[in-house]
Amino acid sequence: MNEIMKMIMEPWPWYISGPSIALVMFLLLMMGKRFGMSSNLRTLCTICGAGKRTSFFQYDWKAQKWNLVVVLGVVIGAFIATNFLSDDLTVSINPDVTQELISLGFEDASEAYLPAKFYSLAALGNVATWVILIIAGILVGFGTRYAGGCTSGHAISGLSALQLPSLIAVIGFFIGGLLMVHFIFPILF
Amino acid sequence: MRGFFLLLIGIFFGVVLIKSEAASWFRIYEMFMFKSFHMFGIIGSAVGIGIIAVQLIKRLKLKSFYGAEITIDNKEKGLTRYLVGGSLFGLGWALAGACPGPMFALFGAGFWQILIVLVSATFGTYLYGVLKDKLPH
Repeated sequence: MNEIMKMIMEPWPWYISGPSIALVMFLLLMMGKRFGMSSNLRTLCTICGAGKRTSFFQYDWKAQKWNLVVVLGVVIGAFIATNFLSDDLTVSINPDVTQELISLGFEDASEAYLPAKFYSLAALGNVATWVILIIAGILVGFGTRYAGGCTSGHAISGLSALQLPSLIAVIGFFIGGLLMVHFIFPILF
Repeated sequence: MRGFFLLLIGIFFGVVLIKSEAASWFRIYEMFMFKSFHMFGIIGSAVGIGIIAVQLIKRLKLKSFYGAEITIDNKEKGLTRYLVGGSLFGLGWALAGACPGPMFALFGAGFWQILIVLVSATFGTYLYGVLKDKLPH
């Protein structure tokens, strides 16, 4: 029992995490629902009154309430995982990448869960951090709706259902991600 | 009761997102550098098992827990919206180090700064809604 608890408290390996995500998708299908997180952003727009001026947001958001319940669960689950199921939230990544990130100014690589350069109170004293986080958020929110889904909707649900459009979207995710990391990061940092 | 089960599924997903480190900016960076198998293992095994699960549902004509037929709609055909929208999403995913699911998870984990990203992402979705008819799909 102690052994199992010890394993749970440590970071989970991919062969536990991946199948667990497949299980989430399967359970949602069996509940008669769909696995897709980004739809909630659209629902939030509608709740905020975006439907008054834009037809894209004119729909019965109450039919999507179930997905907000799932997301509420995600928030609670993450709270539990962080506060009760983790000894240490440090993410150990590849040593070469760690060195490279340190040289780019991400000094807490392999010593934290998120980089303090973006995600810390001190970082918010810097206007550049705000600009980066806001632009990143807008790109995710705009891109995901344009593409009709995010990692859960396309990469997991769509590919699992052998959907060609989802494969194209996932290729897009990687085109964007590779451009950012290999070409835009060297300009920014 | 349904709501309670959905909440439980969400809670489990939230735990997985944090414990798998899929919500870590560092893991996303490492993935796009192709310097670790971790993220590819997560997505690959999820899709591998997901394909089997979907095939089982289709071939055995499994009914939902509530006895209803499970229909998995085909995604609309197209190229531009998936490639361009996907690429814009990827740019943001790599920069923020979080896609929508992990954004909510990071909020629950107590990284309050992620709210800036989450609010911006909601605004980004709003922008898409406004510009939708002017965009090539």
